[in-house]
Amino acid sequence: MAGPLSALDPAGPQARAVALLWWSMLAAAAVLFTLVMGLYLWALLRPEAAAKIPARRWIILGGLVLPLPILLPLGVIALVLGESILRTGDEPFRVTAHAQQWHWSFGYPDQPGAAETIDVLHIPAGRTVEVTVSSADVIHSFWVPRLGGKIDAIPGRETRILLTADDPGGYGGQCGEYCGTGHSFMAFDVIAHPEADLAAALAGDTAPQEPAE
Amino acid sequence: MTKAPSGTPETVESLLPGADRGPAPARPAAPGDGVTDPLALDAGLRKIWATGPGWQRFAAVNHSVVGVRFMITSLVFFTIGGILAMLIRVQLATPDSGFLEPGLYAQVFTMHGTVMMFLFAIPLFEGLAMYLLPKMLGARDMVFPRLSAYGYWCYLFGGTLLIVAMLAGAAPDGGWFMYTPLSSKPYSPGIGADVWLLGVTFVEISAISAAVEIMVTILILRAPGMSLDKMPVFAWYMLTVAAMMLVGFPPLILGSILLEAERAFGLPFFDPLRGGDPLLWQHLFWLFGHPEVYIIFLPAAGAISTLVPVFAGRPLAGYRAVVAALVAMAFLSFGLWVHHMYTTGLPHLSLALFSAASTLVAVPTAVQIFAWIATLAQRRRKPDPEARPKASVPMLHVFGFFFVFVMGGLTGVMLAIVPFDWQAHDTHFVVAHLHYVLIGGFLFPMLAAGYHWLPLISGRAHDGPAARLGFWLVFAGFNGTFFLMHITGLMGMPRRVHTYGAESGWHWLNLISSISSFVMAIGFAVIVIDLLLTLRFGRKAEPDPWQAATLEWAVPTLPPPPYNFAAIPRIDIRADRLEPRKMAPVMARGEGFLGVARNGWMETTGVTVARGEPDQIVMLPQQTFLPLWTAMATGVVFLSLLFKIYPLAIVAALVVVALFLRWPVGTHADADRGDLPAGEGVMLPLSSEAPVPPAVLALRVVAVADGALLASLLFGGLFLAISAPGWPPALWPELPMAPGVVAALALVVGWIAARMAVRGDVLRGAPMLGVALAANLATLAAMGWMIAALPPLQDHAAQAVLAAVMVWLGLHAFIGAVLAFNALRRLRTGHVSARRRIDIDLLRLWQAGLLPAGLVVLGFPVALKALALAALP
Repeated sequence: MAGPLSALDPAGPQARAVALLWWSMLAAAAVLFTLVMGLYLWALLRPEAAAKIPARRWIILGGLVLPLPILLPLGVIALVLGESILRTGDEPFRVTAHAQQWHWSFGYPDQPGAAETIDVLHIPAGRTVEVTVSSADVIHSFWVPRLGGKIDAIPGRETRILLTADDPGGYGGQCGEYCGTGHSFMAFDVIAHPEADLAAALAGDTAPQEPAE
Repeated sequence: MTKAPSGTPETVESLLPGADRGPAPARPAAPGDGVTDPLALDAGLRKIWATGPGWQRFAAVNHSVVGVRFMITSLVFFTIGGILAMLIRVQLATPDSGFLEPGLYAQVFTMHGTVMMFLFAIPLFEGLAMYLLPKMLGARDMVFPRLSAYGYWCYLFGGTLLIVAMLAGAAPDGGWFMYTPLSSKPYSPGIGADVWLLGVTFVEISAISAAVEIMVTILILRAPGMSLDKMPVFAWYMLTVAAMMLVGFPPLILGSILLEAERAFGLPFFDPLRGGDPLLWQHLFWLFGHPEVYIIFLPAAGAISTLVPVFAGRPLAGYRAVVAALVAMAFLSFGLWVHHMYTTGLPHLSLALFSAASTLVAVPTAVQIFAWIATLAQRRRKPDPEARPKASVPMLHVFGFFFVFVMGGLTGVMLAIVPFDWQAHDTHFVVAHLHYVLIGGFLFPMLAAGYHWLPLISGRAHDGPAARLGFWLVFAGFNGTFFLMHITGLMGMPRRVHTYGAESGWHWLNLISSISSFVMAIGFAVIVIDLLLTLRFGRKAEPDPWQAATLEWAVPTLPPPPYNFAAIPRIDIRADRLEPRKMAPVMARGEGFLGVARNGWMETTGVTVARGEPDQIVMLPQQTFLPLWTAMATGVVFLSLLFKIYPLAIVAALVVVALFLRWPVGTHADADRGDLPAGEGVMLPLSSEAPVPPAVLALRVVAVADGALLASLLFGGLFLAISAPGWPPALWPELPMAPGVVAALALVVGWIAARMAVRGDVLRGAPMLGVALAANLATLAAMGWMIAALPPLQDHAAQAVLAAVMVWLGLHAFIGAVLAFNALRRLRTGHVSARRRIDIDLLRLWQAGLLPAGLVVLGFPVALKALALAALP
């Protein structure tokens, strides 16, 4: 399940929360699927037993009593989880991501003097990063699966997303919304530095990470 | 003794002496006396109803013929869509594949989605509904047979346009949901996007006409006695689906018109630099697109709700709960389109509301699923369980449906959860989910339905191991293709990438998907070959082979004759508890309503909407080439728009109008005929003299769709004013007062004149119709004046939106003028009297709707300005 873009291999709190949500929902879905298919096969193969349950009870139990106690808590959990993912917490490190067919340029308002980087985003490890996303042409989507969800880059608007990388290292990013023939190659790298090294990385050259294209 | 042809025990008892109805009275020369020779009656009716040979086939309007054409054509498009899917899977089978270059790949995946959604799924269920509904309801045809034919030709021409464009290398390539600005002119300069917008709108016209026709057919063309709560459940499903199409398709039609106006004339509805907003497209598209999913699922669920009881040998458990569930589903489906837009940065709390609505859909779905399980569970109560095959081929596909659809439903709930969707959105997880829902919720049920109704449609019995082999290959291939795709998506593979690197870790998942997809394709091939062999060599089917309990199996022969029933029965119990085997011979003898062949008339009974009491004889039109000519003229409109020959488009549109005006000719409304014997001792008026003729109900139904279109447009304008960047414009487009006052007065005058044209028995005809005609032309001129007074429409979306609402009103005033002209003409030719007033009633209805809608349009500029200023930060 690992891979440079795998949401199942989370490397920060936002992505980890969603991964945990996925595994929980998968477990619940597996139980529900087995239950429904089991009842279906039971009714099909052992009708003399299944027929003892009146139709009205089947419909009320299966149609209302079964789904509602699952859906209502799920909705609450999702709301709380979504709010927590969107909460900034202490002072985030702010960056901008500007999409254009077919590359990303990243700016660093919190790091005066830092040059814009192309297709490589430098962030501090262990600190929440707030990305403000915009687009110059069509709709793109900013997505670093191991660090968090995606947010669309929409011309005429600014959207934002919070990411955190627990540890220094490289993380894959990819445009998530079809944006033309270059979409498949509209990838970028996120490099998380120890907070102390970030200024140096931004001040120094970004050449080693310059994309081949 | 009465000869009412209902054979169920309950009915027979209710007809015994002492019951309400008593013996039938003696009737001279009335149809349905049961003295007719069945063979002579059959010959007489066939002569009236049959579609002619040779070129006459192009004039076919019969619902069985047109329905089958819809289904076969949709299967051809399914094959094309399937081949495109195979190309996708070949391309993705291995990393760094060079099989298709990115531009071609984009055309392939765009066309795969477009073909499967618009050219396969919708037309297939339309065809099935068109074929089945009259037979299930006890009618001899759909209510507007020529509209069926027109819809078919529009579908065929629009679909062909898309395929020809693809073969010419000019297919659309922005994805099947055509997001702006990628689909706007600067980023899609070619003709491909125009092909999509115009071709799909062309096909949508077909879908809207089908929806109107399905709805009016269900509401009026039922057997006498079949009140709404006695309808077979399939009719409830299709009634709901038709209503959803009427409200759900207009937002897409509007979006397509606006986007084409932007591409062709530079009106900036979606351009954020000039007051437009790309998100407007997403709202309009998904306002259509989400209900669309249920529009596709519900007919299939209706088939399941029909098949499972046949297999179980007992009526559907929880009929009322199921009807309530599907109506609930219809309402909910319009409240959750935003769940396709979780990643657009909308406020989280509003997302949470749409998330809650989305998960709640699980409830009506579960109600239906457990109603089916309960029906199956109680199947031992039927008298002779051995008579039915235990694991029939249809039931095998029902199993496929359960397995696949339940899984798709569960992943649907997951995707409705906002934080999860932030990761899964636009990945292969979504691709997997939507195929589980659509193949599980549509394809398997439709295959089950196909096997179930094959004996009816073809007259051939079907059995054999090949069908089972085909099912298991499709089932295994499908799960192999799409189950792993959930994981591929979560491991980060976005949808619509044309290739990927080996380091991604997706290669073995993709390879298994691709290999499995070929297993699925082989399965389809087995199914198709088996079906073709059955059609060619299969043994003749026996009547009612499944011992079903619905009326379509009570036809006199398999396949059914073009008139369906030699006489129309009275239905006194719920129409999924009938005994077709007993009813068929009685009806074939002409016992029941309209059991005669007279005057060369194509007659069927019409009933009151709720209670189902007979109130008219609906006179259906003979076969004619008019639908073909009209569709061809419509095609010229679309082609000239595509190639930007606008004068020709206007001429062709006028030809379309002129052809439509010829349609009422030949419906025998040339004299007051009074009530005529309709059989069973009942005297009924022809629908031209009935209180609620089908055409009037149809106009009410069209008004719903039209209102949805106007509402979408007004919503779009207000959305831009509140939400788009660059509002208000630097120079607000002020409108002159004078034309507004003229239009308002003209609307009132037109309404009054139309009302005065006929009151009670007094026909004031010509002068009042002339006034209405003039009033509508005045409104049209006022709108032209207003649009001319606007600043250049290309400069800002504000004036573009205002122009769009003015065009809406102008166009509707023009249609009002056409209706007034038509009524005048029909008055002159003697087709209108105080009793035969359809033509005037249509105008009255039109003006009555146009007055409030027009006043809203005239007030809209004020509201838009107020809102734009109020939304200023």
